[in-house]
Amino acid sequence: MIRKMNGPWWFLTPYIILFATFIVIPVLLAVGLSFTYFNTIETPEFIGLRNYIELLTRDEVFMQHVLPNTIRFAFIVGPIGYIMSFLLAWMLSQIPHRPRTLLAIVLYSPSMTAGVAMAVVWTVLFSGNATGYLNAWLLNVGLVQEPIQFLTSPQYLMNIMIVVSLWGSMGVGFLAMLAGIMNIDQTLYEAAYMDGLKNRWQEIFYITIPSMKPQMLFGAVMAVVGTFQVGAIGVQLSGANPTPQYAGQLMVNHIEDFGFIRFLMGYASAISVVLLIMIYSISKVTFSLLGERD
Amino acid sequence: MAKFSGMKINPKHFHRSQIKFFAVLIPMAFFVSLPMLFIISHAFKPMNELFAFPPRFLVRRPTFDNFRNLVSVASNSGIPFSRYVFNSLLVTSIGVFLSILVTTMAAYALSKLKFKGKKLLFEINTLALMFVPIAVTIPRYLTIARLGLIDRYLVLILPLIAMPVGLFLVKQFIDQTPNEVIESAKIDGASEMQIYLRIILPIIAPAVATVGILSFQLIWNDVVGSTLYVDDESMKTLSFYFSTLASLVGNPVAGQGMMAAASLIMFVPNIVIFIFLQNKVMNTMAHSGLK
Repeated sequence: MIRKMNGPWWFLTPYIILFATFIVIPVLLAVGLSFTYFNTIETPEFIGLRNYIELLTRDEVFMQHVLPNTIRFAFIVGPIGYIMSFLLAWMLSQIPHRPRTLLAIVLYSPSMTAGVAMAVVWTVLFSGNATGYLNAWLLNVGLVQEPIQFLTSPQYLMNIMIVVSLWGSMGVGFLAMLAGIMNIDQTLYEAAYMDGLKNRWQEIFYITIPSMKPQMLFGAVMAVVGTFQVGAIGVQLSGANPTPQYAGQLMVNHIEDFGFIRFLMGYASAISVVLLIMIYSISKVTFSLLGERD
Repeated sequence: MAKFSGMKINPKHFHRSQIKFFAVLIPMAFFVSLPMLFIISHAFKPMNELFAFPPRFLVRRPTFDNFRNLVSVASNSGIPFSRYVFNSLLVTSIGVFLSILVTTMAAYALSKLKFKGKKLLFEINTLALMFVPIAVTIPRYLTIARLGLIDRYLVLILPLIAMPVGLFLVKQFIDQTPNEVIESAKIDGASEMQIYLRIILPIIAPAVATVGILSFQLIWNDVVGSTLYVDDESMKTLSFYFSTLASLVGNPVAGQGMMAAASLIMFVPNIVIFIFLQNKVMNTMAHSGLK
């Protein structure tokens, strides 16, 4: 039978079926449900744009906390994580093979940890009483007089989320950029110096980045997606959804709050759609910043 | 002529000029690995060290108490620990195998076969790189419920098999393989499936390893499947059991040690596999560019 298997559909059908069922249909369904009122018990009722209007005009939590939080989180974690990945990859490419492999594994390893399993580490490290490691250390050194409520006080929660997310941001994109730099033709650099390249920064901007633009773009998409994917972390850290005073509430948590806690599926779907559109537009903007058309 | 003083990629030996890179990389790696060291150390702490005040970072008298407790808490709650391990191993091994098969087959077609809509399919997949599963948890659940997949082992596997990133990486990798070998096999009368099995699969071993790793991480760490799509306790996975520890163990301090042990159990397979296959992963990533 294998002898007669010709034609693309032998190869594509399984992927397309799974891709359609678990990615395309859910996305379309989210779009469809976002125009309805759906409480999971009754059949969805078409209500036009009401969910979106509600979301943008009446949902104070969304406008005052969730959206600003998400934007702040994304605009800090995304670019910093991305630049950090690039710079670390750039430095790694310039040291010998053995230490490079070792250090790359160490730097990549946080992205392999399961978010949920790691929650314990953070809750113990940042625990709000004197048994928390950070608090114990701060007290010991004398930087603070009494323990800080890191995970339950709004002013710290977001910053801790950012640090924790950055810690895990050297993922697939980082590996891709490292491989990209390693594969740049060494003679390009030699030629560029003959042509009057002056310093390391020029080298990075005129040779390194343009030579590995495809990997830079791939890394950018991974950075954007990764940033939104880890959104649930605030709930894990503070142990509550909604997070204290909505300080760490991101769109992903807002979706969960409305979908699985209040069972307003139509409304939750509208938030999903807004989130997907946001991710798409941010990726597009990043692409044009990186000069996709070059 | 200006003296060449630029970037040296992949130097063979250590040189003084590399000190500045090490000066950044080593502290960075140290900082990044602290939480890992913490899990390892915490997982082996006996009860009195978990309670110790002031808390000590490193374990003094390591024990396996926390691991033993993980096992006993599981059986107290009705499901033997081994059952969770079995479920995880079963689901992960089948899932990784299927993911590799499905992804590499599709990638081969998208790379080497000619058909209508090929470009469009690849573009849709590239668009799906931006897909964030967590954003559509609800409609995904509704789709799965409608298909009658709730409470089946399959539901822990199927949603995770089609990985746009995996397809993307393998397709880019196959693009680099020469067409001549395929052409000559065709002249010898081989079918496309034979070419895929005998020629393509062996050449793309690095890409296979990469998809394998990514899919392993996805399925092994997945909690959503067991939480939402499966009600039957005896079908849930290790990662799910670990995610419920906090509520299973009343005592938060004893719980910490167990949770650290749990995190360690989750993490070790990931890192071991990655260490063994990292060469192949880097090889694949070299072709990972978005064009």
